Amino acid sequence: MTATAVSTAARARTKRARRRTGGRLLMYVFLTGTALLWLAPIGWALFTSFRPYSDTAQHGYVSIPHKLSLVNYRNAWTQGQIPLHFWNSLLITIPAIALILLFAASVAFVVSRFSFWFNVPLLIFFMAANLLPQQVIITPLYEMYLRVHLPTWVSSSGLLYDSFLGLILINVAFQTGFCAFVLSNYMKTIPKSLSEAARVDGASVTRQFFGIILPLCRPALAALATLEFTWIYNDFLWAVVLMSSGDKRPITSSLTNLQGVYFTDNNLISAAAILVALPTIIVYVLLQRQFISGLTLGANKG
Amino acid sequence: MAVDLATTVKSDGARRRARAVRLSMADRVAIGLMLGIPALVVGALVWFPTIASIVLSFTNWDGIGGVGTAKWVGTQNYREIATIYPPFWPAVEHNAIWLAFLTFVATPFGLLLAYLLDKNMRGSRVYQSIFFLPVVLSLAIIGFIWQLIYSPTQGLINNLTGNASSGHVIDWLGNPKLNLWAILVAVGWRHAGYIMVLYLAGLKSIDPSLREAAAIDGAGEWHAFRTVVFPALRPINIVIVVVTVIEALRAFDIVYIVNRGRNGLELLSVLVTDNIIGEASRIGYGSAIAVILIMISIVPIVVFVWNSFQEADA
Repeated sequence: MTATAVSTAARARTKRARRRTGGRLLMYVFLTGTALLWLAPIGWALFTSFRPYSDTAQHGYVSIPHKLSLVNYRNAWTQGQIPLHFWNSLLITIPAIALILLFAASVAFVVSRFSFWFNVPLLIFFMAANLLPQQVIITPLYEMYLRVHLPTWVSSSGLLYDSFLGLILINVAFQTGFCAFVLSNYMKTIPKSLSEAARVDGASVTRQFFGIILPLCRPALAALATLEFTWIYNDFLWAVVLMSSGDKRPITSSLTNLQGVYFTDNNLISAAAILVALPTIIVYVLLQRQFISGLTLGANKG
Repeated sequence: MAVDLATTVKSDGARRRARAVRLSMADRVAIGLMLGIPALVVGALVWFPTIASIVLSFTNWDGIGGVGTAKWVGTQNYREIATIYPPFWPAVEHNAIWLAFLTFVATPFGLLLAYLLDKNMRGSRVYQSIFFLPVVLSLAIIGFIWQLIYSPTQGLINNLTGNASSGHVIDWLGNPKLNLWAILVAVGWRHAGYIMVLYLAGLKSIDPSLREAAAIDGAGEWHAFRTVVFPALRPINIVIVVVTVIEALRAFDIVYIVNRGRNGLELLSVLVTDNIIGEASRIGYGSAIAVILIMISIVPIVVFVWNSFQEADA
């Protein structure tokens, strides 16, 4: 911008600037209003969860609370067997993330470091699997899971159906494609000369993978781990269809138990919903940057 | 033992370094395992069931007995779901409404939020965090949270409007004419934040000189958006369309939580699931609906794959 402006141009500019500040103000009003509306559902659930049932029964849900307590949380914690289901979720989520990242990184490594003729078809094979609606495969998958027998030390049901392994595997199969796609784009930005130099030094493929490329992918791996944690933790369909024992279900799908038994106790339900949502919210608050960069890495071709 | 994989020695003397990749036996085994194991898992648990769905949709297999007892019945399952299976057409309609709502309401709203936040607003990050918050919640949890708002006598809305005390309660989730729209508001709440983040990334990658040029030409805000910004967002638009279509087809958790997907909330995904774990256990019907889902989802999948590899190959 030039400081030596003709007076008319300067006046036009201040007029435009004034209009812009007016517009700005309007935008702030709109955004703030929307943000408050956006928080309202969660805020309402929080508010309800801190009020004992007796308080809302007496004064109504929209009222000034006469008593606030953690009693709903205590009840949800014990009656909903929240610790058990949290543990189940961890048993499924952590191994699944480890396997997804290992598989996806391996595929991405080969595809981005070597020029085989099948690189593109292979990547499509993995990526398209992630885009299918889950219901496309659920019927045959359910029948397969019922027919795969496992030793009882792996699965107490003796089958792949109703086992932790079964849920881990389907999450791995479904999510590997997305991560392979993101990681292959990421790895393509790592100079080829790096692995060529290593190859000249006689480093094996596995050395190149674990020693050179994988450490360089740490930011992408962190982003994907954050994202996958949320997705797998939030999974509902796989657990509802492929797991029949209520006490083995991961936390998100176990909420249906609470709903059946405590049909009218909305205070308890809200406390349980908050408890279940808490881990993903904490991860999001702590790792927001990773979370969002994981999403946009997938959307913006690297 | 060593194998030459790609010996590209140019005969015309262009001194390009020969990319002779010599792989030892151990390296070949390593590569085989690195590709083979993931491919096996994905092939066995995703692609095999996909093909099985297609095959089963043409049989009358009941899931009891071995697959050998299945008889080929041609297109009978398809004809039956279209004629004598009452929830089918409502489900198609609801999925279509779902997609239309996401496309024409939730997605544009997400774009609007992204567009405003992209203007270097003060506190932009705080707004962004708030709008994105619902995205980290599962749709199952969202179902529970919104039930607290829609509940007939205990819900926030009926109590705020005074309907709860006057006895004229609006049963937002129980009335089959209303419940789909009530659910869609909750779904849009999550979808808009997701779309916002994707568009924000897209907007940041637009060359600023493009907009400056439009501003110098005296283009108004809306005109500049329509002719400059939106066309420049083309790559991200494709991703958004794919995400939106797939999300609309996958929709399941929230209606299952609210009422198991009945009474105004039938969806194709629910019908598939009902035919496995519900009371109506018809493998053929479930598979036929799955094939319909494949037919619809194949379009965005191909578009997306085509789009991403066209650039990757170049």
